[in-house]
Amino acid sequence: MAEMTQRENIIEVKFLSVFYGQFQALKNVNINVQARKITALIGPSGCGKSTFLRALNRMNDLIEGARTEGQVVFDGKDIFEPDTDLLELRRKVGMVFQRPNPFPLSIFDNVTYGLRVHGQTARGFMEERLFRSLQAVNLWDELQDKLQANALSLTGEQQQRLCLARVLAVEPDVVLMDEPCSALDPTATARIEDLMYQLKEKYTIIIVTHNMQQAARVSDYTGYFLLGELVEFGETDQIFTSPRDRRTEDYVTGRFG
Amino acid sequence: MAGGNMIARHEGSDRLIKISLLVVAFSAVSVLVIITIFIFEQGLPIMMKYGLKNFLLGQNWFPSEKSFGLLPMIVGSLLVTLGALVIGVPLGLASAIFLTEFSNRRVSRFLKPVIELLAGIPSVVYGFLGLMFLVPFIREKFGGSGLSVLAASIILGIMILPTIISISIDSIRAVPDSYREGSIALGATRWQTVRMVVLPAARSGLVAGIILGMGRAIGETMAVIMVAGNAADIPGSLLAPVRTLTSNIALEMAYASGEHREALFATGVVLFVIIMILNFLANLAARKQYRKK
Repeated sequence: MAEMTQRENIIEVKFLSVFYGQFQALKNVNINVQARKITALIGPSGCGKSTFLRALNRMNDLIEGARTEGQVVFDGKDIFEPDTDLLELRRKVGMVFQRPNPFPLSIFDNVTYGLRVHGQTARGFMEERLFRSLQAVNLWDELQDKLQANALSLTGEQQQRLCLARVLAVEPDVVLMDEPCSALDPTATARIEDLMYQLKEKYTIIIVTHNMQQAARVSDYTGYFLLGELVEFGETDQIFTSPRDRRTEDYVTGRFG
Repeated sequence: MAGGNMIARHEGSDRLIKISLLVVAFSAVSVLVIITIFIFEQGLPIMMKYGLKNFLLGQNWFPSEKSFGLLPMIVGSLLVTLGALVIGVPLGLASAIFLTEFSNRRVSRFLKPVIELLAGIPSVVYGFLGLMFLVPFIREKFGGSGLSVLAASIILGIMILPTIISISIDSIRAVPDSYREGSIALGATRWQTVRMVVLPAARSGLVAGIILGMGRAIGETMAVIMVAGNAADIPGSLLAPVRTLTSNIALEMAYASGEHREALFATGVVLFVIIMILNFLANLAARKQYRKK
């Protein structure tokens, strides 16, 4: 972490292409992701933004027939190198999914899952991290008395916060969010956005969203994807007020998409 | 008005279908009720006459001398069922986990039907194979006659595999992929994911599979008769012969009459109650802790 603060770009994506069998889902994408900023990826459905996100922690590896070209340099190393420690990569680059997916276990077991997976099972240590990560997602006050309750009994918003706490518990550097608010109502969405704002002091956040207002509200940088291509990438203000590419302008002004 | 008539007609036919389905459902249940009543009616009076305690705790089964102790058979049934589970559950769960989580689709698409085919083999064939290969093997390697608790447990353990495997596969497949993704994305290995998330989520289905396997083991008769030796004594070791409750009925029903015959029905009553208790306990275990949504 300390070393990270020195470097401007935490992730450098170079000529990244992803194929699903014959289909090319991502075409030669280049992005530098800044540390401790929120980067939003927007674009119509099927444009490759989720594929891009899932390349960053190599979750695409799980999809049969997926193939990757190019580089993603994280922590000074290309994550596609054969000697990459995938478990460590995924610890450092955590992920929150579109639909809340807490495990059907207790709240305690959910939040400490990553710690147990990585062998950090000392009781005091787990409780400390549990406290800190639930506090970070503003769930501690609500849940401190029912840590043994089944996580599936929580509301949708609480479940999504819990999933975020589960990621934060292993102290990642980067948090990937794949449309994290799409299953939530507007008030819950607003609260999650507030939360992202608090979290960027410590974490780099990359969020995929189909909601342009959300991208405009929360992000520092925005990338617009279309048909597997990164059409434009830049500071959010610039993308939304003076886009350089005609296609971006059509999309952000609502003429397309 | 015409529309109203149409709706009324539809409601009428709906009700007809509902009633006929109800009749069918009840006739299935009524068979169970009739069997229960019949067994208890035939078996209970003699149990009352000679005392429940003598039946359940008596160690001597000499029907001609009016001695109807069922304890050796009760112990025998529980022992071989336990033995079958000790062998069948780990093997069955391991196969199911391999076929769902670790093998590629082509392998599991080939192996699953093959495993289900195992369930279609008549139990007498299992018994025959046990008698030809397993019993001589045990006799040579471990001593004794080979007709033993061990032989019966192994044969039953193999016989319950298809039940356990196919039900476990179904319940593991029913676990949403989002759980697996969430776990992998936190840096878990595939095995950690299976052990810490998938199996707990599939728990109730897994227990159901084990219950059905257990039911099959405790009810199995023919294969057990062929390899178990059938002495009506409490077995002193895994290599000693054993007689189960089902074997007791099947072996003697052909020539039993009078009180002997009633005592065999009493054996059925005991078997019935044991199965009820085991089912209840297993269901309780399944319901404990986190229930699936």
